[in-house]
Amino acid sequence: MFMFEKAVVGSRRYWAWIFALLLVIGAGFLCYLYQLREGLGITGLSRDVTWGFYIAQFTFLVGVAASAVMVVLPYYLHDFKVFGRLTILGEFLAISAVTMCMLFIFVDMGQPTRVLNVILHPTPNSMMFWDMVSLSGYLFLNALISLVALSAERKAVAPPGWIKPFIYLSIPWAVSIHTVTAFLYNGLPGRSFWLTAILAPRFLASAFAAGPALLILLCMIVRKVSSFDPGDEAIRKLSLIVTYAMLINCFFVLMEVFTVFYSGIPEHKQHFQFLFVGLQGQNYLVPWMWTSMALAALSLVLLVVPRFRNNLKILPFTCVMVFLSLWIDKGLGLIIGGFTPTPLGDVVQYTPTAPELLIVAAIWAIGFLMITVFYKIALAVRESLGYEIAH
Amino acid sequence: MSTDRRTFLGVMGLGTLALAGEAALGAAASGEATGHGSKASRRWAMVIQPYKCLKEEGCKACTEACHKVHNVPSFPDRKHEVKWIWKEPYEKAFAAEHERVAESLREKPVLVFCNHCNNPPCVRVCPTKATWKREDGVVMMDWHRCIGCRYCVAACPYGSRSFNWLDPRPHIEKITPDYPTRTKGVVEKCTLCEERLSEGKLPACVEACPEKALVFGDLNDASSEVSGLLEENFTIRRKPELGTDPEIYYVVGGKPDVHV
Repeated sequence: MFMFEKAVVGSRRYWAWIFALLLVIGAGFLCYLYQLREGLGITGLSRDVTWGFYIAQFTFLVGVAASAVMVVLPYYLHDFKVFGRLTILGEFLAISAVTMCMLFIFVDMGQPTRVLNVILHPTPNSMMFWDMVSLSGYLFLNALISLVALSAERKAVAPPGWIKPFIYLSIPWAVSIHTVTAFLYNGLPGRSFWLTAILAPRFLASAFAAGPALLILLCMIVRKVSSFDPGDEAIRKLSLIVTYAMLINCFFVLMEVFTVFYSGIPEHKQHFQFLFVGLQGQNYLVPWMWTSMALAALSLVLLVVPRFRNNLKILPFTCVMVFLSLWIDKGLGLIIGGFTPTPLGDVVQYTPTAPELLIVAAIWAIGFLMITVFYKIALAVRESLGYEIAH
Repeated sequence: MSTDRRTFLGVMGLGTLALAGEAALGAAASGEATGHGSKASRRWAMVIQPYKCLKEEGCKACTEACHKVHNVPSFPDRKHEVKWIWKEPYEKAFAAEHERVAESLREKPVLVFCNHCNNPPCVRVCPTKATWKREDGVVMMDWHRCIGCRYCVAACPYGSRSFNWLDPRPHIEKITPDYPTRTKGVVEKCTLCEERLSEGKLPACVEACPEKALVFGDLNDASSEVSGLLEENFTIRRKPELGTDPEIYYVVGGKPDVHV
């Protein structure tokens, strides 16, 4: 495979990490075989909460995938050179995230062997059809762009001109994947929690905070374990993007809260009540949601105040807070909150089971494995070219 | 799409209809001899008269009949329940938002099942056309095409769709060989007994009801019993504000001893 030889040479630490990931993947795969035999009944999902952890991770990761645009856009449209060597890392992150998205959809299918029916019987009135189109298109674009860019880099030449239109196309395409994912939810008449036009903008804002926060963390790891350094300035600019996106995200959430509670429509209020104070005695998500809120508030303080934001010792913690806060919000609250209460007004608890969590962990591990291998290749190419410290 | 199985089945269905004879079907289905027009011009609907349904407390005749003929499994765990027609308290069925519900309705069971909406969100979202709306109003399911994504379950504002979380077959008390059983991983729901309609029979629930609380018929036929009931009574539908346009109507009020 293309430049793959660079991924099979590494330190003991590198191999230990790879094997740890493979172990998790193996355990999750066994759990998936169990699910395949028994059915989705082995998960915590039910008649009342029919989508759960799998679909929630998918939704969150579409955002991470889309966030690659936050380094691609400044570099290609504004010639912001500081991001020059980050773009490939952003694109590799996108490829890994989209792959995870597809896997999460796949493991959620009741009849996985029939999944190609989506292509065999294309149904343009279904948002799921468009989600498939946009996600696979985005995967293709990022795979093509990163492949071409990296092979040009290896030969120490500029990327060919024909790739430019694909790069430009990938920018609106990134926005489209998360918009279409929001449309999956907000076109459903009976699900008041999702029935809001701000869902897509909110998805994008939270994605552009969580994605670059993860990228900052990855950059910091990269410069610890390799000789490649993306540079302080690139990291600081990324943190500025996280700051604005997080502010906009929180602003959107507050707009939603105002609309729901000032209008006072019970069907819209109930979901928020379930998430933040509990409903019909069920309050199992309440601690999670307030943790998410507290992390958001604290991270905003650490982001908005320049002294804290520019302190690269504090920044990784801030990024972890942003990531966790948004993961709880989208990975737990969004889906479970949307299904609770049910259309008949019932509140039914959903608790993911151990095999379900292991399958989730395995897909995340596959994503991390992909990122590790991709980054290893990209960094090896750069090291062989004699890139050292970026500034 | 032009020559796929569904179209083929549709043509076959029309053929069967023609053979069975329009008049016979019309008479059986609506309980009155009418039978004008083709299948396409029919609009099947159901009118439910809760005051009749309430006469016999705890009666489950319709549910039992339906679940028996359709091989609906009964899972002990609420999480995995599969239901086609069942009873919900009035407040839940109609999302009553106030607490001063009349004694005659409070906590009283109301029959709920697929509303066979004219504008069905489940059909709109299905990525494989495994669920679709027939011209006569029946919202159909193809259990061999369904990929089990459960998007339709999320889209249905009535909670009328069930998913087979586990293999249903071991949980069917006695399998009715005339009707298919389902496999794990597919969605199912009431199909208005389309298999019985094509034989000129009434839906199983309608036939089973000892009080004749469920009335089935063709809304496009002004002289049908359902049209008459809608004309003479105040009727409501579940969540009409969502624009799904259900074809299941509920008569409001009425006394147990009064027959319409």
